[in-house]
Formats: sequence, structure tokens, C-alpha cells
Amino acid sequence: MLNVQDLRAAYGASEVLHGLDFTVQPNEIVAIMGRNGMGKTTLMKTLMGIVPTKSGSVSVDQTPITDMKSHQRVANGIAYVPQGRMIFSAMTVQENVETGLTVTGERSVPGDIYELFPVLLEMKNRRGGNLSGGQQQQLAIARALASKPKVLLLDEPTEGIQPSIIREMGRTLRKIRDEKGLSIVVSEQVLSFALDVADRVLVIENGNFVHEATRDAVDEAAVSRFLSV
Amino acid sequence: MFADYSSQELLAIFAMQGFAGLILFSVFVLMALGLAIIFGQMGVINMAHGEFMILGAYVTYMLSNFFEAYLPDLFGIYFFIAMICAFIASGALGLFVEWALIRHLYKRPLDTLLATWGLSLILQQIYRSVFGAREVGVTIPDWMMGSLPLTDMIEVPINGIFVMVLAVSISIAVYLMMFRSSWGKQVRAVVQNRVMAGAVGINTEWTDRLTFGIGCGVAGVAGSAFTMIGSTGPTAGQLYIVDTFLVVVFGGAASLLGTIASAFSISQAQSIMEFFLSGSMAKVLTLLTVVGILMIRPQGLFALKLRK
Repeated sequence: MLNVQDLRAAYGASEVLHGLDFTVQPNEIVAIMGRNGMGKTTLMKTLMGIVPTKSGSVSVDQTPITDMKSHQRVANGIAYVPQGRMIFSAMTVQENVETGLTVTGERSVPGDIYELFPVLLEMKNRRGGNLSGGQQQQLAIARALASKPKVLLLDEPTEGIQPSIIREMGRTLRKIRDEKGLSIVVSEQVLSFALDVADRVLVIENGNFVHEATRDAVDEAAVSRFLSV
Repeated sequence: MFADYSSQELLAIFAMQGFAGLILFSVFVLMALGLAIIFGQMGVINMAHGEFMILGAYVTYMLSNFFEAYLPDLFGIYFFIAMICAFIASGALGLFVEWALIRHLYKRPLDTLLATWGLSLILQQIYRSVFGAREVGVTIPDWMMGSLPLTDMIEVPINGIFVMVLAVSISIAVYLMMFRSSWGKQVRAVVQNRVMAGAVGINTEWTDRLTFGIGCGVAGVAGSAFTMIGSTGPTAGQLYIVDTFLVVVFGGAASLLGTIASAFSISQAQSIMEFFLSGSMAKVLTLLTVVGILMIRPQGLFALKLRK
């Protein structure tokens, strides 16, 4: 569903991603693990067209999106939940979700989004900025789902969220995958969460993938070594 | 200073000055609405905003001459057509200016200030070359002339009422566009976080261009309305720009309601003081008060309360 070939990205002259190759199957959840500064967020931003691609190609469902702007990528089925949520804080919860409808042309929020996140329905007239961190995370996921993506990218969704909500989020992500049949790429530092949700784990270090394992075959000790500082 | 007037006269003075203040209020609102979109929402300091208004005024002037010469039967309603044309002309110029100039300067606010100031000088010279340096006035249709006598001493001019109705309807239209339409939602999303707005699927470049164009179009309609109450010259826009920024900043840049409230308080204060003091003294007092309030409340009268 998502196909990335020899992807390179740089900030100015310093290259951060040194030719990444990976594919994500339909209905698959892939976790990208790595310490801070190893290129997880840059990878997400490059996939979204926020950081320019230096070379290589990205395609979603056989459509090449490498040369597209962010909003065109969204229209071609990729959606993004950034690190730090980045919800529109002065807009209401409902308006936040509705911004995701831009590419589908729908006027009102589909009911299944509020079924996944009932708390958002209760708070739909509150301003996004007045929600708690966990609620904002749910709002950011709802906003991304509103554009009916084929591939959902989540950048460190567990950052700054309490453990009970993290477990809840893992359940929700799997439920979204099962109900909507989309592919999910999630970047993580927390191994337990990654093993909880992902079918496959990739470890990134200094802009290269250094380890890959399916959930059943994952060597926890080896992955933890990559994650320890 | 009230001693020379009887109580009945004072009442009439306050009523009529209050009404004059209401007309000034409508004028301020009309001027400020376009700027509230461009400066308040997009954060672009557009020094040429006054010139976009004047473009609307000149369009109205040309249409008034055209209708007088070729379609005298329809002269009574030319003003409505003129407003639509003014919106289209100023809006189209706005779209072009955003494409040619402003979009390269979003990250450089001070350069925007200089560039748009230069643009205002260019536009002024174009108006001077095309329409001449003299001020021009439009012919007002008969039904807009004269005034309505309310009592023996209190009269209200009809064109003033017309400008007020116009200000109210345009305010409502802008409110509906900003807060009820999907365009408004996109504008607010882009303003709050341009990168993220793109990443949820909003075409940020087009949204910026359209927003700038609509702001300029509203300025054009305001300019069109001013021809009802004053004459138009190439540099008339300069007279408006200071008041306009004052209203928007005092009201709280991102708040439409704040803009309206600040236009109301500034115009009423100015108009009532003008009768008893000289015009410039009234202006000085108003400015001092506004400066004082902004020192205590730099965010303006109305600002959103949010978690930071």
C-alpha cells in the first residue's frame, strides 16, 4: 500500500535519511523505532511533503506522490498525526475534525469517527486548545481519519500520555485498522506499545534501517539495545 | 461647556452627534472589515489597503458616469451594480498582488510593510495619471438624497442610513464566511498552523490567495460606499489607513467582534467630542485613550482565552 524506495532527505547540506527502503502491506501496522535524533520525525515529515525529498520515490497504492505538495498527498490517501498533536487550538473540536474533510468534499463529520472517539462528540463545541493531552491526541487521529486515508502516519503518539490511555490507544489503532482496512505506520520509542500494536518492527539508526522483525519473531533484547541511550 | 445650551438642545445635540457617530462607526466598520481579514487573520500588514478602497470608489465613479450617459433609466439602482463591480475589481487586483508580491513575503513581515507601502505609492500615481489629481464625486441617485426629520430638531440623512445598513449586512456576510463556511474554516486553520493545515489536506497557497482577494474585495465595497458621503482623490486612501489599523489593533487583531466594538467606541467618542472641542483635539484625546488602553491590554479589547 505504501512503497518507499531509496528515500533520501536533507536539511540544507546535511543528509538525515540515507536511502530508506520499505513497504507497508494493506491492513498492516508497522512500528518504526529509534532513539531521539535518529530520523523518525524526519521520515514522517518527508513522507508528508513537509521536509523536501532529495531523491528516491514514495508511492501510495501505486500512485507516485514524491513530487506532490502536502495537500495533494492527503488527497491521494495519506494522513498524518504529528508529534505534539498540532491541533488547531482556537477552533472547536468539531471544526478541527472538519478541516480533515477538505479533500473528501464532505460537509459533515462521518458518524463512525465519533463512534471511535465518543469523548470528542461530548466536547465537540469546546475549543481544541482546552482539551487534555490525551483528548487532543484522539482529536488529531480523528482529524486524520476524516480525510479517509489509505495510509495513516502517527509520529510518537504515546509521547506525554498516561499509561492507561496508551493501552486504550493501542486498542483503538488496531480497531481502526480492522474496521477501515488501512495501513498504519507509527514511530515509537516505547517498545511495549510497539509490540502491542505492530505486526512488524523496523529500527532506524542515523537515517538507516538497522533491524527488522515481525512481532512473533522479535528479539526484545536486541531491539532494546538499539533504543537504550 | 454645556451652559450655553438648554436641556432640550443638548438632547438634540447628543442625538444628532450620536447619529453622526453611528455613521462614522459604519464607515470604520466597513474600512476595518477587509483589514480584519488580511491583517487580523493572515497577519499581513497591507499598507496599500486604502488604495484598494479607493479603487472601489473610482469604479463606482466610472459606473455612475456610465449609467448617467447611457442607461439613465437604471440610474436609481446603479449603486448596487457598482458595489459588485468594486468587489470584483479590488478582489481581482488583490489576487494578482498576492500572487506577484505578498506570497513571497509571508515570512518577512517588515519587508511586507515596505513592499505594500511601495505598492500604495504606485497605485496612487496610477490613479493620478488616469483620473487626474482633482477629487471626483459621484452623482447620488435622488432617493438617497435628503434627510428624514425625526422631530423638529433631529434629522437623519438618508445616505447615512444607507451606509449603516450596508455596514451591518457586510459584517454579517463576513461573519458567515469566516465562521460558517468551509472556506472560513480553512482560513483559520492555515492562520493557526500553515504546515499542519497543508498536512490535513488544505491547499494553503490557494487559501492565502483567496483570503487576500476577499479582504481586498471587501475594501473595494467599502470604498464604493464612501462615495455616498465624500469625494474621492488619488491620495484619499492615506486618510483612512491609520484609522483602519487603529480600529483593528484596538479591537484585538483576530476578533471580528472586537473590531466592531472598537469601531463603535472610537467613532462615538470622536463624534461626540468633536462637537464640543475642535476636531483635532477630539482626535488627540481618542488616540491617547487608545494608546493608554493598549499599554494595559496589548492584545486588544477582545482576545481568545486558550491554554498555552
